[in-house]
Amino acid sequence: MVTTRWWLRRAGLGVLVIWGAATLSFIGLHLLSGDPARIIAGGGGAVSGSSEQILARINEQYGFHEPLIVQYGRFLGQLARGDLGMSYQLNQRVTTVIVDQLGPTVALALGAAVLGFGLALVLAVGTAGRPRAESLFSTLELLFVSTPSFWVGILLLTVFSFRLGWFPVFGNEGVASLVLPWLTLALPITGTLALVMRDGLQRALEQPFATTVLARGATATRLRLRHALRHALLPVLTLSGWTLGTLLGGVVVIETVFARAGIGQVAVTAVNGRDLPVVTGVVLVATVVFVVINTALDALTRVVDPRLRGVPE
Amino acid sequence: MTPPDALLSVRDLRVRFTTRHGPVDAVRGVSLAVEAGRCLAVVGESGSGKSVTARALIGLAGSNATVDATTMTFEGRSLLSLGERRWRRLRGARIGFVLQDALTSLDPLRRIEDEVAEPLDVHADLGRRERAERVRSLLGDVGIPDPAQRARQYPHELSGGLRQRALIASAIAAGPSLVVADEPTTALDVTIQAQVLDLLADMRDAGTAVLLISHDLTVVARMADHVAVMYAGLVVEEGPAAQVLHEPVHPYTRALLAAAPTLDPRGPAPTQIARLAPPTTGPGCPYRSRCALADARCHGELPALRATGDGPSLARCWHADAAEPLPTPAPRTVGTTTSGRRVVLEVDGVSKRFRVPGGGRRRAVDGVSFSLRAGEALGLVGESGSGKSTIAQIALGMLGPDDGRVLLDGASWSELREPDRRPHRSRIQLIQQDPLSSFDPRFTVERIIGEGLGQPSRRGAAAHRSRVVELLHRVGLDATILDRRGPQLSGGQRQRVAIARALGPEPEILVCDEPVSALDVSIQAQILDLFDTLRRDLGVALLFISHDLGVINRMCERVLVMKDGAIVEEGPVGDVLHTPRHAYTRELLAAVSADPATGRTPVRTGPTSVPEGRPT
Repeated sequence: MVTTRWWLRRAGLGVLVIWGAATLSFIGLHLLSGDPARIIAGGGGAVSGSSEQILARINEQYGFHEPLIVQYGRFLGQLARGDLGMSYQLNQRVTTVIVDQLGPTVALALGAAVLGFGLALVLAVGTAGRPRAESLFSTLELLFVSTPSFWVGILLLTVFSFRLGWFPVFGNEGVASLVLPWLTLALPITGTLALVMRDGLQRALEQPFATTVLARGATATRLRLRHALRHALLPVLTLSGWTLGTLLGGVVVIETVFARAGIGQVAVTAVNGRDLPVVTGVVLVATVVFVVINTALDALTRVVDPRLRGVPE
Repeated sequence: MTPPDALLSVRDLRVRFTTRHGPVDAVRGVSLAVEAGRCLAVVGESGSGKSVTARALIGLAGSNATVDATTMTFEGRSLLSLGERRWRRLRGARIGFVLQDALTSLDPLRRIEDEVAEPLDVHADLGRRERAERVRSLLGDVGIPDPAQRARQYPHELSGGLRQRALIASAIAAGPSLVVADEPTTALDVTIQAQVLDLLADMRDAGTAVLLISHDLTVVARMADHVAVMYAGLVVEEGPAAQVLHEPVHPYTRALLAAAPTLDPRGPAPTQIARLAPPTTGPGCPYRSRCALADARCHGELPALRATGDGPSLARCWHADAAEPLPTPAPRTVGTTTSGRRVVLEVDGVSKRFRVPGGGRRRAVDGVSFSLRAGEALGLVGESGSGKSTIAQIALGMLGPDDGRVLLDGASWSELREPDRRPHRSRIQLIQQDPLSSFDPRFTVERIIGEGLGQPSRRGAAAHRSRVVELLHRVGLDATILDRRGPQLSGGQRQRVAIARALGPEPEILVCDEPVSALDVSIQAQILDLFDTLRRDLGVALLFISHDLGVINRMCERVLVMKDGAIVEEGPVGDVLHTPRHAYTRELLAAVSADPATGRTPVRTGPTSVPEGRPT
């Protein structure tokens, strides 16, 4: 009962956030960008007199001459049907542009998230409660967190691609081309999550129940994996929502450094060319991903911590 | 003293911790023996080494501990130089361990069934169905009603008593021959405490050996066959329970017994722990700094644990044979009549309801009326969830009542708007159970106490400080702790600082919400003495909330007994405690009547399978 209400509430909130993001993009599109028709006509600079007709046609075709509120209504209507409109520059539907480029980006982000989490898990479980290993690795993790990822990317490229030639320098060719971008994206995630997870494990191991578990004859490993880890996951889950958000931003940089195709490249090109429907599309996709991930993480938190389940927020 | 058939036998156990400040000897040569079907109790205040002893016996003294003994055998095998793998085979399987406060001793994120079955998962390879059946029968054995349903729940969904039972079920899951229980009832209400002790007694009667660790002599009196009293890592007295509790020889044991608040109709016993000092290090008797009998020999040489006069008891004291009476301070005078004085706090028909999760409202306080006179100590007793603390909040004006009203010194109080109330807040102050969490950890003692005195002007800074020092003196502390912070103080010092802070604004009323529940008996006695002194010297009135009838008996003239938000009985303490009219008061009394002076009580507080309500 409480759970159903929780889900309904979260779904409502999610729709609200997406609507907010869409509205803000729309306002940005129409108030801040000058004359969209000129952008579509090309260049956005001076247009000769004979082109006035072209502009008029564009205005007619995109409905730019109608009152804003009508345009807003139509925009929302299209959005509800999953239609993000036409790109100003690519002469393609925005949805097509995004869907085509989504694959490589998802592969990159998902792989990096899994790798980041996995490394953090190994580091935290392996070193928690062992003072020496702990101080060594937490320094390392702090380094991961504080180094800009483009710099890490360039370093990795220099060593493993240029010097050793183990991995391709750029491109979207198979898993080999993903290894370095994955690592580059994953390291800051590993750093953050490992620090938080180790702290959580440490706290759990100091709880009285840890003594109880050992007094039952359990091994230290069992205590860590079956008991303490669940406690450590709670702060990690909370932080993961934020971490995965930064991952979306990180993708743009990494795709540039490694010259990979993907949403990041699409976004960069669209922003440079003021192709606003595409920018709106990318913003909305990012919003949806963010909402879905955070809702999923909150649901997962409730699974991990039974104490939260009876509370309707 | 080791009987030949002892299940567990330890001789000259020593535990040393390596810390940053050098080695600390927590246990300095303790010998113990537990037989099957018997209960040995180890008693002592915090820091006496009793918990470390218990942990050393299951090989969990900690990674920075060095454990050493001349012999340490369990079930005929030596535990000395046992490898970690062999230890694990004993833990949970042959030796069960029950810790204090099951809310934190059970993993809060796992179901009761998984917690109870963990020793089975580790030691026995049971099938799914067999495991579930075993868990159900274990939960039934420890008196948990509706075990199948409870097994699927989480620790926070069970009441304190049920949780403690579940923890015991887990400790005995694999059928150990010895159960070590470290303060198993400390966090529980008295009636629940009695039930849990009865459960442990049943296990003992069924042939399990029980090693009970406790600071609470009432608990020990109810359960133990044999008692060892620890002080500063040493056993200072040991012997059959009846002997140690009735005819204590060591001054420390005598002081402990005297300090325990009792229901003795003759009124409170005078405190015998005259001085509070940490155990003395170096050669000589560690108790000498607190002992009224200490002489040159006590300073020079540590007495051996030796037989005393006529009994089978052993004591570690040069003065054991002399059995000199301890110098006793003059008995406290309670019952100075306050009936004619003016009423400072009047609570009139107050009710309060709270919303509960899942809809609905619960009555926390239901039509409560009482009045508190100047200089009076009024006790408010009841179990957790009875509404005591809500009354405190309402009296303080922190919470508005739904119905009824509170008058402070005859003027309206609960009905005032907060800005009108604030100037008068200094007249009623609060002292809480856990002073540490009521201190800002970054504040020094000077700032903690000074906060209640207002901001000093630059010129008034010196006067401000001298007022803080004066308050410290008033509560028996001195200026040396001005710059310390909460965590650097001992439990007793913290509560004294909290009292000094409450006294700062010169209140007429102190609301004390379980002010001594978290303290050892000896410290408890001193804090209670302090309250007495303050009441006598300053004429401050006390609304004294406690679940402990002994403490109420020691402190108060009148008492209110609360149950489910309503006052079920009230009257002078002597009348209520000795001729209780309400069944609930009788139940509370029965649960604590095993006081150390009278030995084990024959009264059982209902069957062990009494279903308990969910925590409120």
